[in-house]
Amino acid sequence: MTPTIRQLREQVRSGARSVTEIVKDALDRIGALDSALHAFNTVVPEQALARAAALDANRSVWPQAPLLGVPIAIKDNLCTRGVTTTASSRMLETYVPPYDATVVARLESAGAVIVGKTNCDEFAMGSSNETSAFGPVRNPWAVDRIPGGTSGGSAAAVAARFTPMAIGSDTGGSIRQPAAMCGVVGLKPTYGRVSRYGLIAHASSLDQVGPLARTVDDAAIALSVIAGADSADATSSSEGVPDYAAGLTGDIRGIRIGVPSSILERGVDGDVLRAFRSALDTLVTRGATLVDIELPHAKHAIGIYYLISTAEASSNLARYDGVRYGFRAPGTMDEELRAMYARTRGNGFGLEVKRRIMLGTYALSAGYYDAYYLKAQQVRTLIVRDYDQAFGRVELVAMPTSPTAAFKIGERVADPLQMYLADVFTVSANLAGLPAISVPCGFTVDRLPIGLQLTGRRFDEMTLLRAAEAYERDAPWHREEPLGMG
Amino acid sequence: MLAFRMPVQFSAAQVQAIAALAQLELSPNEIELFARQLGEFLEYANDVLAIDTTGVEPTAYVMTRQDSDRRDEVRPSLDQREVLAGAPDPALDAGFFKVPRVIG
Repeated sequence: MTPTIRQLREQVRSGARSVTEIVKDALDRIGALDSALHAFNTVVPEQALARAAALDANRSVWPQAPLLGVPIAIKDNLCTRGVTTTASSRMLETYVPPYDATVVARLESAGAVIVGKTNCDEFAMGSSNETSAFGPVRNPWAVDRIPGGTSGGSAAAVAARFTPMAIGSDTGGSIRQPAAMCGVVGLKPTYGRVSRYGLIAHASSLDQVGPLARTVDDAAIALSVIAGADSADATSSSEGVPDYAAGLTGDIRGIRIGVPSSILERGVDGDVLRAFRSALDTLVTRGATLVDIELPHAKHAIGIYYLISTAEASSNLARYDGVRYGFRAPGTMDEELRAMYARTRGNGFGLEVKRRIMLGTYALSAGYYDAYYLKAQQVRTLIVRDYDQAFGRVELVAMPTSPTAAFKIGERVADPLQMYLADVFTVSANLAGLPAISVPCGFTVDRLPIGLQLTGRRFDEMTLLRAAEAYERDAPWHREEPLGMG
Repeated sequence: MLAFRMPVQFSAAQVQAIAALAQLELSPNEIELFARQLGEFLEYANDVLAIDTTGVEPTAYVMTRQDSDRRDEVRPSLDQREVLAGAPDPALDAGFFKVPRVIG
């Protein structure tokens, strides 16, 4: 099996391999295979090798660095100083940020080596990675299928064994859903757990940054590096950051897991449901107890998620106006200012982004604000209460991550509503600000990966990770590798 | 609950009015497409409108534990030249962004 973060850093610490060798391997693999997948928008071989050489030259300075010599990939909606950051949009095709996102700075301080920026849906809006202005990412398990979205490039990069870990962002499932569809682990931390400074904002009350990795242990190591308060992000929490990996004891005896059976009755693929039920059996065998719970408002989550997230997006994306960064429509200098704005935005944004700006603008507009936006925020409160009530009786809630495995590229692009329904099990964790993880839990008959989603109490990533890792011990689906990628 | 789904329909003029608020220039095809798709989504979301939320406070975001307010101190900021360099039409030496004429 390709080495994990834990194994790689041990190789570097013991002197068995140099950082340069490890980074070269990663770059070679990307060079050989990524033309078939398009997981990366940008690869930075020179920068990565220079940094590897610097780490090799000063290895004794870094003995305890938790990510020493580990090649990683960063979603292209997180700012990297001096490296193009596009959010997979024409609007930012040439944008080179003058600063690093806090997450990026923390990863580098921990000894990681960034090898490139991963493809994603445009401005992280989509469920399949097909809205990228630079073309879709392909699923390493079946290249005619989507990898999930919006962190599809990050999921594909980990699944294809390019890097043991990649950073994604999750507004309504964008880490967990592609993780499930690519057969890797994806963790969306609690709202406020990880700084969003330098994350290109989509929907600020929902966005959160997190890791995708092959094992739960690696995701735990990464979370301990990136979590914690940041004076540059007022929503980041001062809640203490434990050593998550040290808490993975495998012991989940007495843990109560809630299963909202009624919302699983319709629209879930048969193979997904079978894998999900079998995963619950495994958790029970390890000592967990299942509790039937109700989330009465969960069925409204998609409706309110798209009202709230598009409203916030319409406001966040107002800054792309052809003045301060990125693209300006050519030949508009002699036009009226507003015409320059409108043409720049009309030409610079793709169809899905425009569709969402339109929906969000409508939901916020005079006369409709109370009916749509305020109403959605009130129902959001009811969803938060549903979970609070459930977490009075259980420590975790289990659901499939996605109702289906990866669908074919092009299959749903003509029907946005159908596309939005792919997020049915993931959006509530964002609306309620809860941590949630997707772990591989099997395959469909066509050998497409399926994910198990566990959701935890606010800031209790520890229990979430412990249960996911305990499951992984008895159900090592993460050891399977996509054909032709081994 | 509503016994039926209210059809939501948008005219081209309504779509154009929303686009004007959003400062978006749309093609005739996009206007036609969005008129249909906005209607379809809002029809789907009609179920939400039917939920009784009398007396329910809205949630804007889920509060997290935060440090108290920080001191209002001057701290280093990004380099002006570097920031301007990302603009489509910067005046680097003068230190401003260039935009189409807005006055006379």
